[in-house]
Amino acid sequence: MLKAKNRLGIVFFPAFDWAISPTHPERQERLLYTQDQIFEEGIEDIEGIEFYNPIVATAKDIKRVHFTVPTVEERLTDSHFISVGGAIKAMHSVMNKDVDKAFALIRPPGHHAQRVVYGDRGFCVVNVEAVMIERMRQEYGDLKVAIIDTDCHHGDGTQDVYWNDKNTLFISFHQDGRTLYPGTGFIDELGGPSAYGYNLNIPLPPQTGDEGFEYVLDNVVMPILEEYKPDIIINSAGQDNHYSDPLTSMNFSARGYAKLNEKLSPDIAVLEGGYSIEGALPYINVGIILAMAGLDYSHVMEPDFSPDKVSQTRRVTREVERLSDEVMTLWKHRAQLAEKKFRGKKYVENRRQVYYDTANILENQTQRFKVCSLCSGVNTITSSNDKGSKILGVTIPRDACKECQREGHDLFENSIRDEFTNVYLQDRINDEYPCK
Amino acid sequence: MIVGLDMGGTHIDAIIMQDGKVIKVVKKPTDYDDLFHSIWTTLKELLQGIDQSMIKKINLSTTISTNAIVENKTANVGMIIQSGPGLPNEHLAVGNKNVFINGYTDHRGEIVRDVNTKEIDEAIALFSNTKIEDVAIVTKFSTRNPTGELEIAKLVSKHIQRITLGHKTSGKLNFPRRVNTAYLNAAVYDTFSRFLDNIKLSFEKEGIQAPVSILKADGGIMSIDAAKDMPVETILSGPAASLMGIQALLDTNKDAVLLDIGGTTTDIFFLADGVPLFEPAGIKIDKYKTLVRSIYSVSIGLGGDSSITVEDKKLKIGPQRQGKPFACGGPVATPTDAMIVLGKLDIGDRALAKEALSQLATNSGLSIDEVANEILDTMARMIKGKVNELLTEINSKPVYTVEELLHGKKLVPQSISMIGGPAKALAPRLEKEFNVPCHYPQYYEVANAIGAALAKITTEINLIADTSRGTLSVPELGVYEKINRHYSFSAARERALELVAERATSMGAEQADLVTEIIEESVFNMVDGFTTKGQNIRIKAQVKPGLIHKLKGEQHA
Repeated sequence: MLKAKNRLGIVFFPAFDWAISPTHPERQERLLYTQDQIFEEGIEDIEGIEFYNPIVATAKDIKRVHFTVPTVEERLTDSHFISVGGAIKAMHSVMNKDVDKAFALIRPPGHHAQRVVYGDRGFCVVNVEAVMIERMRQEYGDLKVAIIDTDCHHGDGTQDVYWNDKNTLFISFHQDGRTLYPGTGFIDELGGPSAYGYNLNIPLPPQTGDEGFEYVLDNVVMPILEEYKPDIIINSAGQDNHYSDPLTSMNFSARGYAKLNEKLSPDIAVLEGGYSIEGALPYINVGIILAMAGLDYSHVMEPDFSPDKVSQTRRVTREVERLSDEVMTLWKHRAQLAEKKFRGKKYVENRRQVYYDTANILENQTQRFKVCSLCSGVNTITSSNDKGSKILGVTIPRDACKECQREGHDLFENSIRDEFTNVYLQDRINDEYPCK
Repeated sequence: MIVGLDMGGTHIDAIIMQDGKVIKVVKKPTDYDDLFHSIWTTLKELLQGIDQSMIKKINLSTTISTNAIVENKTANVGMIIQSGPGLPNEHLAVGNKNVFINGYTDHRGEIVRDVNTKEIDEAIALFSNTKIEDVAIVTKFSTRNPTGELEIAKLVSKHIQRITLGHKTSGKLNFPRRVNTAYLNAAVYDTFSRFLDNIKLSFEKEGIQAPVSILKADGGIMSIDAAKDMPVETILSGPAASLMGIQALLDTNKDAVLLDIGGTTTDIFFLADGVPLFEPAGIKIDKYKTLVRSIYSVSIGLGGDSSITVEDKKLKIGPQRQGKPFACGGPVATPTDAMIVLGKLDIGDRALAKEALSQLATNSGLSIDEVANEILDTMARMIKGKVNELLTEINSKPVYTVEELLHGKKLVPQSISMIGGPAKALAPRLEKEFNVPCHYPQYYEVANAIGAALAKITTEINLIADTSRGTLSVPELGVYEKINRHYSFSAARERALELVAERATSMGAEQADLVTEIIEESVFNMVDGFTTKGQNIRIKAQVKPGLIHKLKGEQHA
């Protein structure tokens, strides 16, 4: 009998009755072959591995993170509440010490869902990890969290949610935004005034192989984590860096993913994207499960694996090394860089356009962060879209000082209702989320 | 007339039923040194003076395979295991010789790398040199494509005849369990088939022509011919007989808890809408987790003869049994003594029972009557605690669809049915604890034999149709056939029902009482890029489990 070295909780919820549309990559069939592989390998019988059903998340869980327009209930399907509930269940199983680590193998994914949600973008409506983390903080206190996003697409939603929160370190490595959706995630996207340098992007060149990913992990991610000392490490475990993924152009293998998880040793992993559902997912998921459980994954291999599929050119190797150096330099000088960028400023404003590819919506938004010496500062989003919505969202962060709390409440109370279709307040201190 | 026989740990019970009533009973001690002889003498006595041409069928629940396994009296087995990539394989080793071979088949049933015949020749040589006569062959994903196992079997069969193939043992996915199941089948094959030969021979001698069937762990039966190939299915049929017996005596079509409270243990079973609940993957015997379909049964060390002690003024009952109740000459106080004191049981010496309880009364600061009541209350609370724990587990079994997660069936018992010595005394207490009606029959002594007699042929098949590959497979039946790209879901459903009925008939079922049903079904569009390339259809069909008919009236044989 096999026995796991780390007790591992698995929330496996393939949502076999839910799809964005019948032939969409995010469809019923997506985790079918992963389930076959998990069943056939007998993973359910391994001592120390527990399977859990998701719980159902509440609207309040979602409101803690998102300004969902017009309402949470109108934008989310049952499947979204369950997917998020799956991640929450995984988090509970770790926080309650039922298991050492947990893997939420759930769908739909979430890392493209930003603070404002008008609809589906990049197959995501709700940011699964962020909702999980904010519930964890309400229940277990201000834990320092590091999110390592290993999806091939930039985790722009998670970046947006934690842009100004240095209690949450976000590192995303992904295929260069010039060559892939969502077109962001460059190294100069470093965070807001109170968290500058705590949002790190490593935009890898196409055809980066096993060697390149391992280099980034060893030379960027691990040294930064050592210095940051998070209480909880989360792997936003997208699986579309795989060499066989139909939507991307990278050369990463199932064993590479397993090794990454062995070294990173996340407390919680949450499935994100990954659409090579027959040729990659069954093997990557078994690899991650084994690695997280501390079991031997050296026999995990795709049917069509060959060393040339995960190799990279010397040009790619040099580019990966250069990028890694550059990111490390930014990390080391983050305090000076922030001082230079934000010195003397009372507010920092960001204007941008956001395109919802799945829902076909164009959004214009302005985020405004107060620069506060006592806390990370109250902040607001004003946003409108081409479908006639205009909203104001006010966020009082968990560490808000008295003054910022008062200012947040005033902004919400005094906002002129006629100017907006919806006005929202996120009061994370009192865990209250009114709207008008 | 139907004959039912149940071989238990201490006794063999056999009955004859006619028109839904028990008309004759024989009870004999089990002789462990000659199990066949025990059965045969019991049957002979039972059939004495009976017109044998009236006997329609004979159903036997035996411990032949179970005993062979738990007492380690099994054959030496040579294993050929193709584990392919994935989990490490060392932990799969079972039996006497394990040969791990190269090659593999993937989850779609595509052969990625072929079997290397040289490795098979080496395995055959090894087995021959070590006098191995039983072989099991198991390849990963053989349920998706049995070609590998069949090719290997073809080579091995030239030298060794007794071969078990993994895909024939179950259509479910779980490679390590399939390895164990195939191993156990090969390990008991010889023992069991010799037993069957003896039965056949003896019946022929006596001129008994009724068909003989063997009870399986799932509470159904199979013909002896079917049992010969798959003896592993007959393991742990005792609890199944007991469940079927309780069901026969106390029929319900709702969710229910079924209890068999014996001297040493209490067995707990469940019904969902009147149908026995099964183990999700398969039964565990000894250290082996298998894919053998079986009823869900949990045994706890709590019974009428459990020993009672007092710790910190609290009563502790079981899990040990140190002998008979004190009132019957045993060494310590037991729940049976409490029942005797309260006048719920009329056996043994009441004065002795009181003596046994008086010590407990002193230690716990209660009167003798109070302690007797407290013993039975504690027993009821212990049963309730365990049942609730199991219900939580059962009701949180993994589900995979939004519909099931939000609206799936939850098991909520509406009644309790129980048999055993303490049933009468415990019934009012359990009724109070669970707040549902609690039933027990007047007469339950041969419940297991009744259960065996009323069992029917059961079987299950797992069908997968992959229209993009153009294959349809039902591993248990060895069906692996071509279908066209337009093969439909409804065609697959029809085919599954047809095949399960065919299989049941081949196992001895009569068309008349054959009710087949589909218990799981799903169909997935298989998409390549953004175009549909086919459908993946999965269907599980079975013969509806249950009894051939109800008992008539209260039994007073």
